[in-house]
Amino acid sequence: MSATGINWFKYSSPQAFYPLAGRMIPWFAAVAVGVIAGGLYVGFFIAPTDVTQGDAYRIIFVHVPAAWMSMFLYVIMAIWAGIGLGLNARLSFMMAQAIAPTGAMFTFLALFTGSMWGKPTWGAWWVWDARLTSELILLFQYIGIMLLRSSIDDLRRADRASAVLALVGVINVPIIYFSVRWWNTLHQGASVTITAAPTMAGTMVTAMLVMMFGFWMYSFAVTLARMRCVIVERERQPSWGKPASIPDVAEAR
Amino acid sequence: MSQPSLSEALRGVVRRDLLLAMRHRSDVAMSVFFVVIVASLFPLGVGPEPAVLRTIASGVLWVTALLACLLSLGRLFTADYLDGVLEQTLLIPQPLAVLVVGKVFSHWVISGLPVVLLSPLLGLQFGLAGDSLWVLTLSLLLGTPTLSMIGAIGAALTLGLRGSGLLVALLVLPLFIPVLIFGAGAVSNSLAGIGSEANLSLLGACFLLSLAFAPWATAVALRIALE
Amino acid sequence: MFQTVALSGSRGERKLFSDVSVTVKPGTLLAVVGENGSGKTSFLRMLCGLLSPDEGEILWQGNNIRKLKELYSAQLTYVGHLNGIKDELTPVENLKVSACLAGDESSGGVVQKALEAVGLGRSVHRLPTRVLSQGQKRRVTLARLWLSTRPLWLLDEPFASLDAAATNYLTQHIQSHLSRGGMVVVATHQEIDLPPDCIQHLRLTR
Repeated sequence: MSATGINWFKYSSPQAFYPLAGRMIPWFAAVAVGVIAGGLYVGFFIAPTDVTQGDAYRIIFVHVPAAWMSMFLYVIMAIWAGIGLGLNARLSFMMAQAIAPTGAMFTFLALFTGSMWGKPTWGAWWVWDARLTSELILLFQYIGIMLLRSSIDDLRRADRASAVLALVGVINVPIIYFSVRWWNTLHQGASVTITAAPTMAGTMVTAMLVMMFGFWMYSFAVTLARMRCVIVERERQPSWGKPASIPDVAEAR
Repeated sequence: MSQPSLSEALRGVVRRDLLLAMRHRSDVAMSVFFVVIVASLFPLGVGPEPAVLRTIASGVLWVTALLACLLSLGRLFTADYLDGVLEQTLLIPQPLAVLVVGKVFSHWVISGLPVVLLSPLLGLQFGLAGDSLWVLTLSLLLGTPTLSMIGAIGAALTLGLRGSGLLVALLVLPLFIPVLIFGAGAVSNSLAGIGSEANLSLLGACFLLSLAFAPWATAVALRIALE
Repeated sequence: MFQTVALSGSRGERKLFSDVSVTVKPGTLLAVVGENGSGKTSFLRMLCGLLSPDEGEILWQGNNIRKLKELYSAQLTYVGHLNGIKDELTPVENLKVSACLAGDESSGGVVQKALEAVGLGRSVHRLPTRVLSQGQKRRVTLARLWLSTRPLWLLDEPFASLDAAATNYLTQHIQSHLSRGGMVVVATHQEIDLPPDCIQHLRLTR
């Protein structure tokens, strides 16, 4: 570590990470609110009306970024899970634990907005479109990880078991995509794709990217906040004889 | 110091499980009866029109086989976990992943193979004939061991937990879906007259992939569960 | 030669013991004593490699057991709290399987001799283990030690549910194992009837 560089390893313990996270959250939250508001404004009011789909298509500005986030967050969660298993690092497991609910939320948002898009476009609240179906299965995987963790009382086992499941699931994600697309093309008559995006005008692309960025900022803020909760929870019952290592928790006790 | 050879250890594990199954012959019967009963529920629910049944046959029979596999996963490791045999298995000085393959193999022989052998009869009940019956059997022959291997991961992760039966299902069903798609797809393609080689090859690929990775993941999960 | 270096362990969020360093020389027995819940079973499971310690290392012939993996498992026989036998199989079948999986001699005659050595008469050899008493089931489990040729024995409360006769058989068998240069680690409440120069005591404390 250079003298001028930041020593990141010092933040790899929960005690050091806690205050750092606390300082970062307000910034991420503020940027998130600003960017998302801006993105929605551009998407809902400034981007041109689509020729084929009318104004209903505007839900794409939430649906597509949410879907991308759900996938990115799953991969990132799996990476933290892998690091946790490989290095036996508590913080990595906590990071994976903190990301899962946000990822699940984005998956649900993608499904919900996909449904809202389907109704005016195809007249049905749910269509077995390849991408929507894959998102649904991704939601099941997220929920599975969270349920497994909550079913195991022993913290170490819960961390490691949900990490293994996350890694197994991340291998499944591309396989699911491939197989569900295959399945969709198999059944020619039922092939509906509501996610065939309209030809993108410049403002549309901008709005989507802006929303993506906003969602990233939101994810950072929320994940860090959840990490702090996880850290405090785990400090609730420290090893016998050891004082609480986080000042806030020590004061509370 | 004594050490069994890999084949000795594998044979020992498989032989013990098969011997236990012979003492509990009802285990074999249970999978078979389950599949028969559940498959019969669908015509009762949907109506006996041959055309409809033929359309739903591939999906129904595959989902039934999948559910049978799911329900039998509880028997894979739980008994060994409770009486301490699993602990001893972890201490055998041979790669745990290979021993897991042995356990899954004997489990499949007891719960999966009977379903495969019964499938032509079930296919006939649903109006499948000729080629599609063979495709059904072959797809299940490739698919059920794959499902068992993937399911073993879930069984190992949820060892000893309350409500593990339902939890295993939730964890493992997303992992089963590709196999279901390719398996049922093979049969429906064969019914439609399109070739099913593509689906069957994909099933074969799933089998090989699961053979390469699932036992190792299961071994990791077992060690975590037994800490 | 077997040693632990600064071993510390916890169970869940509870710290069990810390900084345990002990060496077990060939021909000696380490008796791990302590109240219920003091971590004896966890300590033994760490020695088996089933549980990871929080800190510290376990060394076999100077090598960390984490690196040795299967080379180390081939050196030990572990008899834990759970019997590790199948209720549906007979004692003979159970023992044959255990011996086969351990790479030991597993022919019928040898197995039956082992069962007799631990005090189980021929009349119960071919009954399903299900119908035996707790004490008899424990003897079937311990009979593995008469077939084992491995140097290190890790035994968790082996004398529990044994009557005086069986305790005697086991103690004598442990003694002959020690005299052949073997090592034994026992978690126990009871005093073991062996010459004091081959016993070390370890009391686990937080």
